[in-house]
Amino acid sequence: MSVLVYIENIEGTFKKSGFEAVSYAKTIAGLLGEEVNALSIGAVPPAELEKLAQYGADKVIKIENDQLKQFINQAYAQLIANVAKSTGAKTIILSNTFNGKGLAPRIAVKLDAVLCDGAINIPAIAGDVWTIKKSVFSSKAIATEELKAAVKVIALTPNSVETKEAPVPAQIETFQSELLSNDLATTIQEIVRATDKVSLPDATIVVSAGRGMKGPENWRIIEELADVLGAATACSKPVSDAGWRPHAEHVGQTGLAVSPNLYIAIGISGAIQHLAGVSSSKTIVVINKDPDAPFFKVADYGIVGDAFEIVPKLTEAIKAFKN
Amino acid sequence: MKILVCISNVPDTTSKITFTNNNASFNENGIQFIINPYDEIALAKAIGLAANGNGKVTVLNVGEVSTEPTIRKALACGADEAVRIDAAPRDAWFVANQIADYVRTNPYDLILTGRESIDYNGAQVQSYVAELLSLPSVAIAKKLDITDNEATIEREIEGGKEVLTVNLPVVVGTAEGVAEPKIPNVRGIMDARKKPLNVIPPIEVTQLSKITSFESPVPRGTVNLIDKEQVNQLVELLHSEAKVI
Ligand SMILES: Cc1cc2nc3c(=O)[nH]c(=O)nc-3n(C[C@H](O)[C@H](O)[C@H](O)COP(=O)(O)OP(=O)(O)OC[C@H]3O[C@@H](n4cnc5c(N)ncnc54)[C@H](O)[C@@H]3O)c2cc1C
Ligand SMILES: Nc1ncnc2c1ncn2[C@@H]1O[C@H](COP(=O)(O)O)[C@@H](O)[C@H]1O
Repeated sequence: MSVLVYIENIEGTFKKSGFEAVSYAKTIAGLLGEEVNALSIGAVPPAELEKLAQYGADKVIKIENDQLKQFINQAYAQLIANVAKSTGAKTIILSNTFNGKGLAPRIAVKLDAVLCDGAINIPAIAGDVWTIKKSVFSSKAIATEELKAAVKVIALTPNSVETKEAPVPAQIETFQSELLSNDLATTIQEIVRATDKVSLPDATIVVSAGRGMKGPENWRIIEELADVLGAATACSKPVSDAGWRPHAEHVGQTGLAVSPNLYIAIGISGAIQHLAGVSSSKTIVVINKDPDAPFFKVADYGIVGDAFEIVPKLTEAIKAFKN
Repeated sequence: MKILVCISNVPDTTSKITFTNNNASFNENGIQFIINPYDEIALAKAIGLAANGNGKVTVLNVGEVSTEPTIRKALACGADEAVRIDAAPRDAWFVANQIADYVRTNPYDLILTGRESIDYNGAQVQSYVAELLSLPSVAIAKKLDITDNEATIEREIEGGKEVLTVNLPVVVGTAEGVAEPKIPNVRGIMDARKKPLNVIPPIEVTQLSKITSFESPVPRGTVNLIDKEQVNQLVELLHSEAKVI
């Protein structure tokens, strides 16, 4: 038996969350005394595939299907389930990303599996019953869940486990699988990616700003700080509602939930709905001119003062530090 | 066009989340329940789409009788009828099976859910339902347009967006951007009382997982306030203490 981990690629490259998933699979496989098969779908160069072996994938299985130029959740779920069946995998791991969310429940149905979405730790294994943690109530609580079916699908929250190098010799195999037309019902018309920017869901540092910035014309200093840190930019809800920033940057209960290593909140009051989406960040820095802003209560570090004065200074200090 | 909107009854976004029964259950004491904010977006979109053609909007909730005020609110916003599947929503797998079973005998052109419920945040129900019914789906949509029999959907992807087209029927989880939530007016509230709310019994579903306990996240220590003239000190701490840069 083996653990199957599906690694998503973005235009032929894997992301950190993918390597986290391989490391996670390796640890679980170790507990079970099984091997890790890493599955990649789509055109990925061999050198990139070999990286999966660096993190302990005993075998890399690749599928390059001509019918499948882009991600279609129905088709991908079918392929992943086919590989799981043919390799006898009873544990299927993937990242809980935008694509992963659309895939995991489908794979679970196809394999009569139980699904743990948004897992944040290594499960405790007692025979067929596994105990695992996930974040619920918009990060206001953590639930401990028992998974009882023989086959398990686990969608791992990015940035919740470390990547661990565990090199094994790279062994790459091709898997052939046909798709039914019903699985290809959707047609991708267009993909737009801002390649010059760090993507928010994947970022390890996020620089976020709120209504305290007064207007969209003042975002320069936010972007400059993000640039020196290699960070993604984010914002509070009123900021995207007002059209100062794109909706995709809105974090919080009704926006994106993020858990970077470092979250810097600038001119954001720290309303409960905002905190819901960011409070699982490892380190939080708050810059706000109001010493009573609620955000300071959940921050690790804070500076009370005017963002227009502090942010450029901080950017300079980080530049100096990096040199 | 027949549109089904699945709505979840969730604690108000300002709720303090605590637990009872030895941390095994969510403490509902003093909690105000609302329509899941993402489901309000789905509902508003459905009402808008139905108003353009000769559409009909059904709202569906899997829940006990206590969720009826939330269902009536959805009717007050402009849905035409409601269905309540009479069972406590044990988990996403249970809920999805109820919805799929209902749709098998009552087909819809468009099935909308929210992107996720803000209580269990699974974003699972929509993809489960789609898979159980062998339908295409988009788990998180930022835009949705329908022309004739075809949906054009914009969805978020890592670092960007994707636009896709798909023939109806399709299952779509809606996020911000799809529509502005509607606030019911007095007329709507009056009308809602007369609209049909059908209660149907649940089907049996095997339980595959169970939440055994909850805990609150570890609180952070008190904030380390740094003088605004000493930003260097912050950089130093982020490096040597927090180890994040
Ligand atoms: C159902 C619902 C869902 C919601 N979902 C979300 C969500 O997902 N995400 C979200 O963010 N919000 C959400 N909200 C809104 C939330 O309640 C707050 O209104 C919002 O987060 C406030 O945004 P803000 O902090 O940018 O603005 P404000 O609350 O106006 O705060 C601005 C802050 O900037 C500070 N400031 C002003 N000038 C300066 C300066 N020169 N330098 C430094 N600091 C300065 C002020 O002291 C203040 O603390 C939701 C609300 C509801 C009802
Ligand atoms: N009890 C329920 N009844 C009807 N629809 C639900 C229920 N729970 C969840 N949903 C729908 O499924 C979506 C995703 O929920 P979840 O998988 O719990 O994150 C929600 O936005 C709702 O549209």
